[in-house]
Amino acid sequence: MSDTALELNPQGEAVSRIEVDQSAEWVVTIYWASSLFWLLMATLAGLISSAKLHSPDFLGGMEWLTFGRIRPVHWDTAIYGFGGTAASGTLLWLQARLCQTRIPFPKLLIAGGIIFNVGVLLGSIGVLMGQSTGVETLEFPLYAMPLLVIPYVFIVIANFRMYFTRRSSHTYVSQWYLMAVTIWFPILVVAAEASTNLGAVDGVAQAVANWWYGHNVVGLFATPTAIAAAYYLIPKVIGKPIHSYHLSLLGFWSNAIFYNWAGTHHLTGGPLPAWTITVGVVGSMMMFIPVITIGINHHMTMLGSFHLLKTSPTLRFAVMGSMVYTLASFQGSLESLRSHQEITHFTHYTIGHVHFGMYGFFAPLMFAMMYYAMPRLTGNEWSSARLIRIHFWCTLFGTALYAGAMCWAGIRQGQMMNDPAIPFLNIVAFTKPYLWLRTIAGLILFSGTIAFLINFIRIVQPHKLRFVTPTLLNTERDYKMLLKKESELKHNDK
Amino acid sequence: MTSRNIGLALGIFLTIAASVTGLVIVPNWQFRELQPVKKADGTQYPVPYFGEQLKGRGVYIDQGCIYCHTQQIRMKGYGADIRRNWGTRRSVPRDYIFEKPHQLGTQRTGPDLASIGSRQPSAVWHALHLYNPQITSPGSTMPRFNYLFTEMKDGDALPAGAFPADVVKIPAPLQTNGITQLVPNDRGKALIEYLRGLNKTFPLPEAAQ
Repeated sequence: MSDTALELNPQGEAVSRIEVDQSAEWVVTIYWASSLFWLLMATLAGLISSAKLHSPDFLGGMEWLTFGRIRPVHWDTAIYGFGGTAASGTLLWLQARLCQTRIPFPKLLIAGGIIFNVGVLLGSIGVLMGQSTGVETLEFPLYAMPLLVIPYVFIVIANFRMYFTRRSSHTYVSQWYLMAVTIWFPILVVAAEASTNLGAVDGVAQAVANWWYGHNVVGLFATPTAIAAAYYLIPKVIGKPIHSYHLSLLGFWSNAIFYNWAGTHHLTGGPLPAWTITVGVVGSMMMFIPVITIGINHHMTMLGSFHLLKTSPTLRFAVMGSMVYTLASFQGSLESLRSHQEITHFTHYTIGHVHFGMYGFFAPLMFAMMYYAMPRLTGNEWSSARLIRIHFWCTLFGTALYAGAMCWAGIRQGQMMNDPAIPFLNIVAFTKPYLWLRTIAGLILFSGTIAFLINFIRIVQPHKLRFVTPTLLNTERDYKMLLKKESELKHNDK
Repeated sequence: MTSRNIGLALGIFLTIAASVTGLVIVPNWQFRELQPVKKADGTQYPVPYFGEQLKGRGVYIDQGCIYCHTQQIRMKGYGADIRRNWGTRRSVPRDYIFEKPHQLGTQRTGPDLASIGSRQPSAVWHALHLYNPQITSPGSTMPRFNYLFTEMKDGDALPAGAFPADVVKIPAPLQTNGITQLVPNDRGKALIEYLRGLNKTFPLPEAAQ
């Protein structure tokens, strides 16, 4: 399908949705643009870390780039830089749309976004300079943390304001998740910082608090935001209501109750009383309830509409995200079992699982949000369907290769480590080819990010003209022609 | 409608309040009373870190050793930690009462270090291994920490503040660029002392169960 017709940009019409989107344009664009910047940085830091694990002399001998510094920078920029800003942009826009209100305090929120970025930057530089706190996922030096927490307070206030002044008469399931995120995240960060870096708790109790946080920052922050996005996007794009209201209620509360407790499986076999680990295993196994109910709700809603995956970029990313949610969650629950952990704990398997969840579930749903919302926020259409297709296939294949290679290598690595007859360095040698595959997977993901970035930079630029129809995956777009016509228009104006 | 809103917010709050209580507050209560035990020779185990070892622990943290090394031994029959000679007994909460922040770790890209000091007591081995892991462990993927050392050629004067006893000779076949000797700098020395001090072999009674 080729569509080259153009029309005048209709922004400014007094339609309620357009009004909401206009109030959100700057705020949400700044959050999402930041998220893509940090995704790029996190991917680069990840690539450097990955290369160092099979070729230790790559950028070797430089203290600030040593593996033990660039590796935490990779995860912290991914979870706070990319995850934090992508999720916050999503939260603000979704809540505004669902409440049918304008985004309140836009200047405050923009200032918050800038402060947050400064915080992530300072924290990362601090870690590269050797100022890490040494607590996993909370490595940022203490001076950077208020810069991450204070902007989030602005988001919490804006979220409550929208929710309690909403014009819509009912609440939608996505809104419960967004409310939950704003209540959970500040409590999580403050409790975790207090019990680790502020020194309220020592020794193994600190390890429990550390992994309560480490697991929940994904489970109570990234996951609920992505589920809220899936609940919104899938019915919206295919034009059907969600499969079952009652299931969504069960899914929400069981997720809220059980995920909280799952984190201690990161300490299986560790120097802790059995009850702390058992709680984590039970919490993880009970996660089958929300995962199955949410899965049924998303996949049953999709039933009969799979043909739309051919054309809708939003739907493709959203469905990839929701399917990997089911798979990665099943994997995660099983992984918590003691017999499973005996082999895979301490191995690359865990790393494979984290990336499967973050890049197979969370990131695609954030991308889906952006593909859906950015044309509505900016009034422009995506400039190239080919770049969207490249982004999608890179995301899918990169994640599959990453997770596949790391999980398989992890299982073998764990089995070999449990056999004391095999010298440790033989195990290191065994993993090397898989670590190379990981670097290749990282390069594929990196290419996808670049493709998305080009499209994103083009869509946020102000345009006098725009394509009449939305950019579907099979639409041929001629961005050069649009630029040419625009310059002609400018010329005529003179 | 308002009561439903409050119900939602309260429910959400309670779910996390429950896990904060269960996984942050209660474990702290359970372990807060743990004290060191007296050894037969009058000393105690464990002892708080101080001096060089404390400084070395800081280097361990700032170099991010935790991302590849654990400091915890799993019990007999669960994994092969003890059969791999990484420890003589499982680790227990009392081993960690002076760990702040904890460095239990979750990755074994490299071996466990809970008792590396008893396994590798030699300062020379640690110096060579940290300077260039290929010297002691060919095929290792550990980074070089060459910046924790002053490199010396034959005939070079000792760096200021170093003692002749600090000098480590690089074995002849592994010398490169004419560098024949090393002197660990302050941080290098501290890290080596910290690693040599890591020893969780003292048989605590509760670890025997």
